[in-house]
Amino acid sequence: MTADNQLDVWEVFMQSKPGANYIHAGSIHASDKQMALQNARDTYSRRGEGTSIWVVPSSAIVASNPEDNGMFFDPANDKIYRHPTFYVMPEGAKAI
Amino acid sequence: MEQAQETLLREFEEKIECGFAIEPKDKMPAGYRKHLIRQMSQHAHSEVIGMQPEGNWVTRAPSLRAKQILLAKIQDEGGHGLYLYSAAETLGVSRDELIEQLHTGKAKYSNIFNYPTLSWADIGAIGWLVDGAAIVNQVSLQRTSYGPYSRAMVRICKEESFHQRQGYEIMAKMMAGTADQKAMAQDAMNRWWWPSLMMFGPHDSDSPHTGDAFRWKIKRHSNDELRQKFIDKTVQQAEVIGLTIPDKDLKWNEAKQCYDHGEINWEEFYRVIGGDGPCNKQRMEHHIRVHNEGAWVREAAEAYRAKQQYSKNA
Amino acid sequence: MTQQQALYNYALRLGDNSLILSARLSEWCSNAPFLEEDLALTNMALDLIGRAQAMLKYAGEVEGKGRTEDDLAYRRGERDYYNHLIMELPNGDFAYTMVRQLFVSTYELFFFEELQKSTDATLAAIAAKTLKEVKYHHLHAKDWVIRLGDGTAESNARVQKAVNALWMYTGEMFEMDHADTMLLKEGIAVNTDNLKLGWIQMVTQILALANIDLPADGYMQTGGRKGIHTEYLGHILSEMQYLQRAYPDATW
Repeated sequence: MTADNQLDVWEVFMQSKPGANYIHAGSIHASDKQMALQNARDTYSRRGEGTSIWVVPSSAIVASNPEDNGMFFDPANDKIYRHPTFYVMPEGAKAI
Repeated sequence: MEQAQETLLREFEEKIECGFAIEPKDKMPAGYRKHLIRQMSQHAHSEVIGMQPEGNWVTRAPSLRAKQILLAKIQDEGGHGLYLYSAAETLGVSRDELIEQLHTGKAKYSNIFNYPTLSWADIGAIGWLVDGAAIVNQVSLQRTSYGPYSRAMVRICKEESFHQRQGYEIMAKMMAGTADQKAMAQDAMNRWWWPSLMMFGPHDSDSPHTGDAFRWKIKRHSNDELRQKFIDKTVQQAEVIGLTIPDKDLKWNEAKQCYDHGEINWEEFYRVIGGDGPCNKQRMEHHIRVHNEGAWVREAAEAYRAKQQYSKNA
Repeated sequence: MTQQQALYNYALRLGDNSLILSARLSEWCSNAPFLEEDLALTNMALDLIGRAQAMLKYAGEVEGKGRTEDDLAYRRGERDYYNHLIMELPNGDFAYTMVRQLFVSTYELFFFEELQKSTDATLAAIAAKTLKEVKYHHLHAKDWVIRLGDGTAESNARVQKAVNALWMYTGEMFEMDHADTMLLKEGIAVNTDNLKLGWIQMVTQILALANIDLPADGYMQTGGRKGIHTEYLGHILSEMQYLQRAYPDATW
């Protein structure tokens, strides 16, 4: 603990309307959970941007490595059978 | 080793060339990282130091509406500083370190905030001219190559959109007002015009960082290009409300389809950067004082958190 | 005193309380202990200006002399201001400001809860909107007072000092006078006498969590509601009203 400590970094996720996904809005500094939530509110919802907030300590976030992008993401590229457009439907069939 | 470095640089520059955004964990040349930290922190410090000249008029705002607008605007500047510090932090430098660099003079902030706000019209001039100049630069930076910086700029531009308008509204109101008000507005115009043009930095021919910043798409438009854009849109706005731009050489160039302008006083520019502007010492002393006065609060918050964790673990 | 005059005074006092506290809170702009708190303090100042605007506008309407909220804010002298003294005291350090926020917002929590039920539709509507803002101000102040009280030895001492200094200004918030009683009969005003117990219980509870001792009962300062202020108010007004007074013909 030093005199010029600027507190910990937290990541802020906002939900813009009920039912919507929580989207990363940015970061704030805070020393505890309550402060993090309030600082997130005071920083990121000043223009009515939100109906709900999540805050997460930045140190708790695990991010994938760009070097792993090949093995992580490329194998999904050719699995076209996971998409509905892959299938041939008989002509005339409705509501499918 | 050297070859690996070269491969890395080539791959990086190819990525930039293709228009991909760079994210915090991506490999990047040391020079790119360094340039970004310098630029983003300078930008963040400018936002935060910029709260002071406007803050100078918070207690004297002449109506409830004016006070609300001014406070909300200064608050936005603080928020923008916060977004930009956060973007810089993704590169592994802490806000502590950035503030220390500011206090030791290692990091700079925009020169414009070393000028004093002497009348209410200065609040109009800052919004209209200073934010007007800043937004030209910021719009361009929305497409900067570093993801967190670009995302911060998108949010900032969205929020900034009222800043210039409120400043222009103040000027327009004063120009439609009493003789005293008109004189104040013109006086503010005279004092803020040239420093606003200086905000774009030295001429392209004298700008030392231009090469890398362009190749790496940190910067998307040149100083002179952006300055010209600002002048061209501002002249008409001044005319509409009857303000005179304090430049006798300013005239429309039919061939180039833009305004020619007089020479900027670069001696003044470098003098103010060097620390001898009217408010450099005042601004820095204010920031250091507030930082030091707040130390016990931050310490207490940390101590409280530590106690909470201890009692939870006990 | 007619009911109209009483209602004018009532709205004016509520407006003055918000306006003067907002003036103090807005002085924190670019002076807070860290950036996030700077934004938080400004948010509270903005809530209070909004409330002052609504109350003073209503006061002007009730008065019926065509005075706007700005006329009332910028063209009244200090003897015609009726805010509680606690609002005008200088900010002191961050602990002092947060303790004042705690005392005031706890009071307002109870006050606007009641004023929501006023038979005066305008006051009730402003109160309903205000209550939401006040709940947040209270949460923010409470958390900070506990954090600072239970933080370091230094922060605890600062909070204790602030509590001791501000205590004598809390009594005024619960005073009732002739105008209040008159409006109370009509179901317009709040009986602030009834709020005292809830206030003291809540404040005691929070200060206990913050390891802060409650001051002993003592003399309570008064005067603001009659226009007798501390020396500080005149300086707030002379800055605030400077342009309007220096250029009386100008609009801004």
